[in-house]
Amino acid sequence: MIRWLFLLLLACGPAWAVNDPADQLPDARLEERARVIGRELRCMVCQNQSIEDSDADLARDLRRIVREQVAAGKSDTAVTDFVHQRYGDFVLLRPPLKLATALLWATPAVALLGGLLLIRGMRRRRAADAAPESAEELSATERARLAKLAGGHNE
Amino acid sequence: MSEAVPSPWRRRSLLLAPVAVAAVAGTGFYAMLRGMGTGTYDPRGVPSALLGKPAPDFSLPALEGAERPALGGTDLRGDRPVLLNFFASWCVPCVIEHPQLMTMMRDGVAVLGIAYKDKPEDSLGFLRRHGNPFAKLGVDQPGRVAIDYGLYGVPETYLVDKGGVVRWRWAGPITPEILAQQITPLLKRFA
Amino acid sequence: MIPELGHFALALALALAMAQVVTGLVGAHRADARLMGATGPLAAGVLVAVASAFACLMWAYVVNDTTVMNVVQNSHSAKPLLYKLSGTWGNHEGSMVLWVLILALCGGAVAGFGGNLPSALQARVLAILALVAVGFLGFILGTSNPFDRIWPPPLEGQGLNPILQDPGLAFHPPLLYLGYVGFAVTYAFAVAALIEGRVDAAWGRWVRPWALAAWSFLTLGIALGSWWAYYELGWGGYWFWDPVENASLMPWLAGCALLHSAIVVEKREALKTWTVFLSLLAFGMSLLGTFLVRSGVLNSVHAFANDPERGTVILILLALYIGGGFLLFAWRAQAMLPTGVFAPVSREGALVLNNLLLCSIAAVVLVGTLYPMFADLVLGEKFSVGPPFFNTAILPLAAPLIGAMGFGPMLAWKRAKLFPALQRLWWAALLGLGAFALCLMLEGQRVGPALGFAAAAWIIAAAAADIADRIALFSRPRAAWSRALGLPRAAWGGAVAHAGMGVMILGLAGMGLAVDKLQLVKPGESTRLAGLDYRLVRVVDATGPNFTARRATVEVRDGTRLVTVLEPERRSFPVARMTTTEAAIHTNWLKDLYLVLGDERDGGAVLRIHNNPLAPWIWLGAAIMALGGGISLSDRRMRVSAPAAKPALGSARA
Repeated sequence: MIRWLFLLLLACGPAWAVNDPADQLPDARLEERARVIGRELRCMVCQNQSIEDSDADLARDLRRIVREQVAAGKSDTAVTDFVHQRYGDFVLLRPPLKLATALLWATPAVALLGGLLLIRGMRRRRAADAAPESAEELSATERARLAKLAGGHNE
Repeated sequence: MSEAVPSPWRRRSLLLAPVAVAAVAGTGFYAMLRGMGTGTYDPRGVPSALLGKPAPDFSLPALEGAERPALGGTDLRGDRPVLLNFFASWCVPCVIEHPQLMTMMRDGVAVLGIAYKDKPEDSLGFLRRHGNPFAKLGVDQPGRVAIDYGLYGVPETYLVDKGGVVRWRWAGPITPEILAQQITPLLKRFA
Repeated sequence: MIPELGHFALALALALAMAQVVTGLVGAHRADARLMGATGPLAAGVLVAVASAFACLMWAYVVNDTTVMNVVQNSHSAKPLLYKLSGTWGNHEGSMVLWVLILALCGGAVAGFGGNLPSALQARVLAILALVAVGFLGFILGTSNPFDRIWPPPLEGQGLNPILQDPGLAFHPPLLYLGYVGFAVTYAFAVAALIEGRVDAAWGRWVRPWALAAWSFLTLGIALGSWWAYYELGWGGYWFWDPVENASLMPWLAGCALLHSAIVVEKREALKTWTVFLSLLAFGMSLLGTFLVRSGVLNSVHAFANDPERGTVILILLALYIGGGFLLFAWRAQAMLPTGVFAPVSREGALVLNNLLLCSIAAVVLVGTLYPMFADLVLGEKFSVGPPFFNTAILPLAAPLIGAMGFGPMLAWKRAKLFPALQRLWWAALLGLGAFALCLMLEGQRVGPALGFAAAAWIIAAAAADIADRIALFSRPRAAWSRALGLPRAAWGGAVAHAGMGVMILGLAGMGLAVDKLQLVKPGESTRLAGLDYRLVRVVDATGPNFTARRATVEVRDGTRLVTVLEPERRSFPVARMTTTEAAIHTNWLKDLYLVLGDERDGGAVLRIHNNPLAPWIWLGAAIMALGGGISLSDRRMRVSAPAAKPALGSARA
């Protein structure tokens, strides 16, 4: 799309973000809070950059809005909600936890649990298949199980 | 075979799992590629968060010299659906979509305009050169109204129904195809 | 004429590769020594043909042959020679030729140095590699011919993106491809093993060097890309969890798991099925990355030109190689019987834990990268999965991995006791705690960086403890030196690579303490950050080979002592109509002073100053990791001698 080429080439590109010093909040603590909020918000016209990292016009506007609202005493979630309401889930670099993202957020746990189950299965099979020569390395229960299987097992 | 040993069937299904996952992913990728070809899947398009919600209220100054009244949120509610178009003189695709806006104006569609981050004299020059399709026209130099609408580039066009609810948004230039295939039916539906 | 020669060479390579597939597979199947003997020379022929094609393309770039479409689109006569050369692979078509060239190099290496492989295995491996080459050569010739002509020729090329005109980035793709394509060799070994239905220690010993080499190159390639982003993009970021970065990280993680599990196959003949699977997976991840970057299905600044048609062809290749590999796996993996048995607490157990965690991290990266695309396709919802997600989701998996990195090498094979290992590591744990406390004391409530320093201290100390233990440094210090010399290179390599990881984490933790400042400064004025004064001396015009620039001169002083003079630039490239910032960086290895020149206004210039503690250690650590891989690779034992556990097999191999 021409529009996108145009935007990506002129407005954005990997940002040469040298921002306007006048946009910064004089209070260092508030400025730090604004940065933390800004790093969670996606620059809509750039790809995978937060508004803090981008020199796109829109990112600059959003940075200003975040700082205004932080300076006005709004809470972090209130500021994030303000942007979220206008730009939807896409603007949040940390996807909101809801039904549609449940699988995403569950990935670490699912991968870990699945892996553990797999390892358990593999260990059982290995214990069952193990050659008798290594029996002295097995625990008593494993040895007992092996003894039971030693007769006919042959996969 | 004892209970502790997974059955060959379970093992086989486990060994088949990678193929299954790869097949599902492959099908998905294929659907994406097909969708990109037909336009149903666009990795770059972002839907508006405002769809089905009341259009945000605003009040913008008029463009001096354009001979059109100023634009406010109340102008979006009325006896027919309206199109709200964000444009700028510095935006190349805006030139591409302009003839379609002019066509709509001639067909009696209510097209409202907001000049986004543009010097008034530049906007004026743009409209003098290409024609003025807008019934009412607001100037949003700081771009704050645009942010209330979740705009992420120009041109962008919103369709607002009689009740003032945002029904449709198009990011990018309105081509003759978009006009014929999307806007015209929508205008009929919400008339 | 020369472009046509290149085109012909590609077609010749395709024909030779097809012949190589047939001779390799049929020869091995029929145990026909003559057919199998032909695969090696054919592999050499493919290498020569692809290398000629690549040379032809490079020639077209060097002489700026504007009748070649590819040159017109990606080059310009005013470009410095280095970037004309690197322009060869700085685009979709050329990079595919480089990809195939490296594949052909790998084939040549297997043919040339694989003399001590069983001939059937060698023939099959070469055949599979050729099969991969056939697919990609067909892809190049069918959809991405770099030698397409344009007539009439335009007077001048369209140039190369100026941010890509950088020595770091010139060598980033070749290193990455060495990594990606290296995993094609482990893939070929896995497929050959599946066809034969046999995996033994000898197989493990053959796969491991390739996995190590591929992994080391990939480490370097990723690090180079990250370093480039750091100094070139101009805001001090070094890793963005961009889908394209993730596409390179996934094979890295899978390869890292592979080179660890291959140790278990080699030493203990356990985890065979799993290792074969990882070999398939590592290459599968490489191909997936290729698909994601080149098909346009994802949304990234780095992505090559989008072309759904090309994407479809790559998807078909993907289905063929990954799908085919996995199908073969499901069908044949049954046949592989494990022999080695081990207790949960043992070296093998620790390596299983390593694999579990590495693969879980890879799963998070994979799902995080693909989720937005599939959510869009299936649910019609748009999400962004950005750095906050990845950092949150990966930390709980990385933490135990770091813990296990210290313990693993201390445990004995087969069955180990945890307590003695703990005893030997108490001081490493103490160092970690000390680093944690020290960081909190010096830097206040910065838990993240403090944890990073603790992890780094733990890993580095544990690696040192491992070596100290092996050479009996404390129990018999006099013999330590000779024992150190006698220690297998693989042991040194492992410890060095682990320590490299520690060094990298040190850098990451240091960057967690980075501060920056944005200030409008007039000439003669100065501003202060982290105890240093930055005085803007002047801003002047400068010219380069294909750009003009504004260059600021900034003196950095510590009190009255001049630390350095920094000269950041803002460059305009008229041909590409782009402006870039050239950050000025001064490093003393303990911190980077990083300075960016912004807009000039009100008689002054906007300066953005970063004080980045330990920043260079991130890439230094990655380089040390790759060095560890290299040291391990140089272990003669890895290639020559038999595994200790099964001496009989080793003699059977010769």
